[in-house]
Amino acid sequence: MAATGFRFPKVDLGPEAEQLRADVRAFLAEELASGGFTPMADSWTSGYSAEFSRKLGAKGWLGMTWPKQYGGHELTALDRYVVTEELLSAGAPVALHWIADRQSGPLLLRFGTEEQRQSILPRIVRGECYFCIGMSEPDSGSDLASLRSSGKRVDGGWLVTGRKIWTSGAHLCDYMIALIRTSPRDDTARHDGLSQFLIDLKSKGISIRPISNIAGEAHFNEVLFEDVFVPDSMVVGNIGDGWKQVVSELAFERSGPERFLSSFVVLREGLREIGEMPNDGAAGSIGRLVAQLKALRRMSLGVNGLLQAGESPVAAAALVKEVGTRYERTVLEDMRQHIPYRPAGQSPDAYASVLRDGILHVPSATIRGGTNEVLKGIVARELGLR
Amino acid sequence: MNDSDNLIVDTATKLLQDLSTPSIINDAEAGKWPGGLWDALEESGLTLTWVSDELGGAGAEVSDGFAVLKVAGLFTAPVPLAETLLAGWLLGQAGMNVPAGPMTAGPVYADASIDLNGGKLTGSARHLPFARSAKHIALIVRDGGTPKVALVAVADCAIAHGVSLAGEPRDDVSFDGVTPLKVSPAPAGLDETRLAMVGAAMRSVQMAGALQKILDQSVQYATERVQFGRPIGKFQAIQHSLAELAGEVAAAGAAADAAAEAVARGAFDDADVADIATAKIRVGEAASTGSAIAHQVHGAMGFTYEHSLHHATRRLWAWRDEFGNEAQWSIRLGHLVAKRGADDLWPFITGA
Repeated sequence: MAATGFRFPKVDLGPEAEQLRADVRAFLAEELASGGFTPMADSWTSGYSAEFSRKLGAKGWLGMTWPKQYGGHELTALDRYVVTEELLSAGAPVALHWIADRQSGPLLLRFGTEEQRQSILPRIVRGECYFCIGMSEPDSGSDLASLRSSGKRVDGGWLVTGRKIWTSGAHLCDYMIALIRTSPRDDTARHDGLSQFLIDLKSKGISIRPISNIAGEAHFNEVLFEDVFVPDSMVVGNIGDGWKQVVSELAFERSGPERFLSSFVVLREGLREIGEMPNDGAAGSIGRLVAQLKALRRMSLGVNGLLQAGESPVAAAALVKEVGTRYERTVLEDMRQHIPYRPAGQSPDAYASVLRDGILHVPSATIRGGTNEVLKGIVARELGLR
Repeated sequence: MNDSDNLIVDTATKLLQDLSTPSIINDAEAGKWPGGLWDALEESGLTLTWVSDELGGAGAEVSDGFAVLKVAGLFTAPVPLAETLLAGWLLGQAGMNVPAGPMTAGPVYADASIDLNGGKLTGSARHLPFARSAKHIALIVRDGGTPKVALVAVADCAIAHGVSLAGEPRDDVSFDGVTPLKVSPAPAGLDETRLAMVGAAMRSVQMAGALQKILDQSVQYATERVQFGRPIGKFQAIQHSLAELAGEVAAAGAAADAAAEAVARGAFDDADVADIATAKIRVGEAASTGSAIAHQVHGAMGFTYEHSLHHATRRLWAWRDEFGNEAQWSIRLGHLVAKRGADDLWPFITGA
C-alpha cells in the first residue's frame, strides 16, 4: 500500500538566518522600549502603522527575497520566514504592508510586466506602497469562481463594474489585486474567463465603505466599482489566466507563521501571569500548547523549505493552515480557563488586552484566506478522495 | 536522517512486509512467538542498530534506528524490536557488550526503583514490555542511590504475565535475589528519567509509523466501501474526517522526527527535553484523535477482530500511555517553560 499524506522535510535555518533573527529581536526590543508599538494579538490583520512599515523597509526586511534590481535583497524564503515569525510573535503592527510583501509583490514578480515591477516593487520594499486582495464578493465567498465583477473591453483597457467585500485595509491601501470576470461565465469551465487586474484605488468610480467587525474595528471594507477604467498596462499576467495565477499564490498565502502565531502573545502574557511556579493544571495546559506550537512550526518550516526548493506544496500549505488556525482558538480557550478575561479598567492590562483581541478576532482565523472546510477539501483531493 | 537510511529502511520494509502479516500478528497475540520474523530481523542486523561495532552491534546511527522503528510501527511488528534497541542503547551507554537475542529494558516508569545490594537485586518492574519473550533485560538499578546499568537473564527472574491493550506482553518482573550477569557504572546523567526520555522518543516514532498505517488503511477503505451508490470517500463528511486524520498524522510525524533528532544529539538538555515532550504529547494526541477517526470511517468492519485495523489502533492506545502520557509530559514541559519565564518562551521555542 502506497503511503498517503504529507511530508515535511527538516529545515536547518543556518547561522545567517539566526543572525538575522538576532537583529530583528534587537530592533523589536528598541521599538518596545521607545513605545514604538504595543503588542497585539492578530497584529498582521489589525496592526496598521505606516511608520512601522517604513522602518521595516529601511531595515531591509520587506521584499527580502526579491531581485536587487527591484530593490529586493535576494535573501531566501527561510530568511523571510525568520523575520516574519519574529514580528508576529512580538505582536508587531505589520498589517499595512503584509499583503504587498507576502503576496502581491511575488505575484508581480511572477506574472507582472517589467513596467509594473519597476514602478511598484521598489515602493513596497521601502514600506511605502500597500496592497489589498479583491477576491470575495457579496455572493461569492468559498465559491470564488462564481464571482460576478466584470470587465468590459474598451479602447486601451477594461471598464470594471462590480463589488468586492471583506477587503482588509482597502481604505489604507494604494492598490488592489482584483480577480475579475473578463469573459462570460461558462458552467462547464467555471475557472476560465477570470483575470487579475492591478487597480489603483484612487481611480475614478471606486467607492470604499468600511464594515465594522465584532471587535468594533473597521479594518475590512466593501469596495464598489462603477465603470472603473483599468488600462491594459495594469493587467497582471494573461487575460483569462486569473484562476491559475491565484492558485499559484496559495502556497505562499497559507503556509506562513501567521496561521498559528496570531495568538502567541496571549500564550506569552498568560504565562507571565501564571508565573514561574504554576500548579500542575496550568503547567499542563502551557506544556500542551507549547508542544502543539512546536509541531506546527516544524510543519510550517517544512512547507517553506519546499517553497524555497521551488516546489508548490499547495495541499500541504492548506493542511498547515487548517491545523494552525484551529490551534489559535485552542490557545485562547485554554488560557482563559486559568486566567479568565478581566473587563478593561483604568490601568493598562497587557493580558486582558491581547486576550480580548484574540477572542474577538479568532472567528475570522478559520475563515479568511480559505475556510477550513475548503482547506479540508483540498487535503482530501490530495489524498485521492475527490 | 542520513544516506544509509534509505538502505536500512528498504531492508526493514521488505522484511516486515513479508513477515509482519496480519495472521502472524494475530498468532503472536495468541501466544505464538513469531520466530521467523524475529530471526530475520536479527540476521539483518536491525535489532542491534543502536549498538556500536565494538560492543557487538551494527554500528549504525541513532537516526537509522529511529527510521527502522517508524517502519516497524507502520507494519505493527509484534516483536520487541524497539525494546531490544532500547536495551542495546542502555548497555552501550555503560560500555557493556550486548548479547544476542530479544531484550527489553526498564524500568518503564521513572518512579520505580530496583536496588543492588551485595551483588543481588531487590525490587520489581511493572509492565515490562515483552519480558517473557526476551532473553535478557537491561536495567537501571540503584547501588546505594547511585545509578548503575545491570544485565539480567530473564530465566533468573520471576515473571507474572500481563498484556497491553494491544495484547502484547507487559509483564511484572520481580528481581528479588537475582544476581545480574554484569553490572557497570552508569555514565553521568544516565538514570531512570533519561531512559524514559529515550523510551518516549522511541514510542513516539513507532506511533508515527502506526498513524501512517491507519491513514493508509482509512483512505483505501473509503475508496472501496460503497454506500448510497458511491464510495463513502465521495461524501464530504468522510473527506473532512480523513483530512483531519491527515493533519494529525502530519503533525505527529513532524513531532516524532524532532524527538529522534533530540536523542541523536544526545545532550538531554532543556531543548532536547522539550523536543521529546513535544513528540510524546503531540503524537499521543494524534493517536487518540486519529484512532477514533479511523474506526469511525471503517464502521463496524473495523471493530471486528478479523479486520487488521486494530493492529495499529490498539498499539496506539497502548503506546500513548507508556514512558509518560500526554498529561505527564505536558506538566513537565509546562513547568520547564514556566521556570524559564515568559520573555524566554519565544526564544526557547525557536531554539535561538
